[in-house]
Amino acid sequence: MDLSSINPILLIASIMISATPILLAAIGEMVVEKAGVLNLGVEGMMITGAVVGFATAVSTGSPTLGFAAAALASAVLSLSFGVLTQMLLSNQVATGLGLTLVGLGLSALIGKPYEGMKSPTMSKLDIPILGDIPVLGPMLFSHDPMVYFSLFLVLAVWGFLKFTRAGLILRAVGESHDAAHALGYKVIRIRMMAIFFGGACAGLGGAYLSLVRVPQWTEGMTAGAGWIALAIVVFASWRAERILIGAYLFGGVTVLQLNLQAAGARVPVEILSMSPYLITILVLVIISARGAHGAPASLGRPFHASR
Amino acid sequence: MIRLERRPQPSRAWTALTPVLAVLLTMVVGGIMFALLGKPPLEAIRIIFWDPLFHPQFAAYSRPQLLVKAGPLILIAIGLSLGFRAGIWNIGAEGQYIMGAICGAGMGLAFYPTTSPLIFPAMVMAGALGGWAWAMIPAVLKVRFGTNEILVSLMLVYVAEALLASVSQKLLRNPEGMGFPGSRNFKQFPAAHNAEIFANSGMHWGVIAAFVAVIFAYVLLTRHIQGFNIRLTGEAPRAARFSGVSPARIIFLCLGFGGALAGAAGLFEVSGPAGQITIDFNSGYGFTAIIVAFLGRLHPVGILLAGLLMALTYIGGELAQLMLGLPGASIQLFQGMLLFFLLATDVFTNFRLRFGKTEVT
Repeated sequence: MDLSSINPILLIASIMISATPILLAAIGEMVVEKAGVLNLGVEGMMITGAVVGFATAVSTGSPTLGFAAAALASAVLSLSFGVLTQMLLSNQVATGLGLTLVGLGLSALIGKPYEGMKSPTMSKLDIPILGDIPVLGPMLFSHDPMVYFSLFLVLAVWGFLKFTRAGLILRAVGESHDAAHALGYKVIRIRMMAIFFGGACAGLGGAYLSLVRVPQWTEGMTAGAGWIALAIVVFASWRAERILIGAYLFGGVTVLQLNLQAAGARVPVEILSMSPYLITILVLVIISARGAHGAPASLGRPFHASR
Repeated sequence: MIRLERRPQPSRAWTALTPVLAVLLTMVVGGIMFALLGKPPLEAIRIIFWDPLFHPQFAAYSRPQLLVKAGPLILIAIGLSLGFRAGIWNIGAEGQYIMGAICGAGMGLAFYPTTSPLIFPAMVMAGALGGWAWAMIPAVLKVRFGTNEILVSLMLVYVAEALLASVSQKLLRNPEGMGFPGSRNFKQFPAAHNAEIFANSGMHWGVIAAFVAVIFAYVLLTRHIQGFNIRLTGEAPRAARFSGVSPARIIFLCLGFGGALAGAAGLFEVSGPAGQITIDFNSGYGFTAIIVAFLGRLHPVGILLAGLLMALTYIGGELAQLMLGLPGASIQLFQGMLLFFLLATDVFTNFRLRFGKTEVT
């Protein structure tokens, strides 16, 4: 094995790239869960975002439009989940699974004609002074705008939940929907907005996979990224700043195992390729063994105002 | 204004009616989807739901396929439904199915080419054990550490897929296969082949096992204390705990059952219809079985019917691909929509629609 073939600068840079889709999806899902809704359909929304973003970018030639279309498409898809769980009071776990199955089918159907095509590349952001710093420049400051947008989003969500009144109301809805309802807040409307936001984020994450990370469309290309995003929310104990840590950790594992495979490590390839999933399980076990979860108290419980 | 009023008890009529309503809604929306794809909608629906059974030319081939496809779906869904009833969400049946197939096939191939009649039963045992062991991972983690079984069981699907890719290229590869990935074909290994019991009926041992599982689950849920405990845990977890039902025991029971049945289904599939271990012999039955379980209202008899219906959409979908050039993915979407509409119409089971103004009391 030749470890020296792994360039640390490129390694860090590619960790940022590979963490971004999970980060986007996870931060969106965290807001949804903070509002007390467990949407297990992240995988389905991500892959829908991936295919819609790819198709739009290929046909318009603009990755930016691709991202916008992906966010919109996934958000609209997530509204179907919202209508079912919030208005028709269906089981959230089952509906989330259904959303994933629908998303996988829908994406395969839309994506068929686009297989094997190449997407227009997104131009990298050239940050004038920071980008010229010898080592740190190429490592941290020469990425596409979406990487920085995802970081900004984490900051924005953190600030929103911690400092704003709207964020407080959202958390109240997630902790005790009955109390929030009694105070006169529109529980269902707030949850629908959170679901919509989560859908849009998952769509952006999916589009990042198909437009930047890979960049191609193949059926089932998310390969569990949506589920890993769900695991990261648990890992992060529903806190925005820890979502960032979690996503970068998983990005790191993914990139490292790919690099080790390429460098011809003596570890069998199948062990390396299952490592992101095994580590997800391991982390879930550690987090749950520690006891303190910090999950919103109304998470996954249906809300029905009887009067 | 329309509002929902909770029924004191779930409506029995609606429980039976919602699957039918969901199928009809799926046909309508699916028809619109087919029309958007530029295919004749009515013809497509007819090909999917009618022609596999009654087409003069194709029915002879597709009727036996109905049992071949329904067998694993029913077997897996029965196992899943027990867990879903208790609020234990095993969604990694696909992984348990793969592990069952690997363990069972490995058992059989280890004895190649002997001809003992004990080989096939031993393979079934190994398959069920493999699936059971794979399901025990989320069970143990949930009981011991309180880890979320949904995420763990799903993650293990990807692990199982990586293992499948590995064994079909290395450990179980056919030594006479000219280096192609994939194991020996069980069709050339009579003692281990899960052949049709009656020629051209599609009836193989997995289908028999599925029917047995339906009866067994029915008796368990309606006549046995453990079945009652499972239902109690799902409907009133606190009451269950107060009456001395051990949650850990229910978790082990439900996940173990689901895993063992999914593992057996995998073995029956790999030694029969699929014929050999290949990288992609699994065709998503583990996920479709989730739809089957819900469509069958988590009731054994309902699952039997739902499994047959879902098998019909598989076969009809293939037929529609052949005759109309309908994309294969549209059937996947069709099945997903079915689950969605079922969950949507389910509101009528638990709630009553009330029209008119809300009365102020």
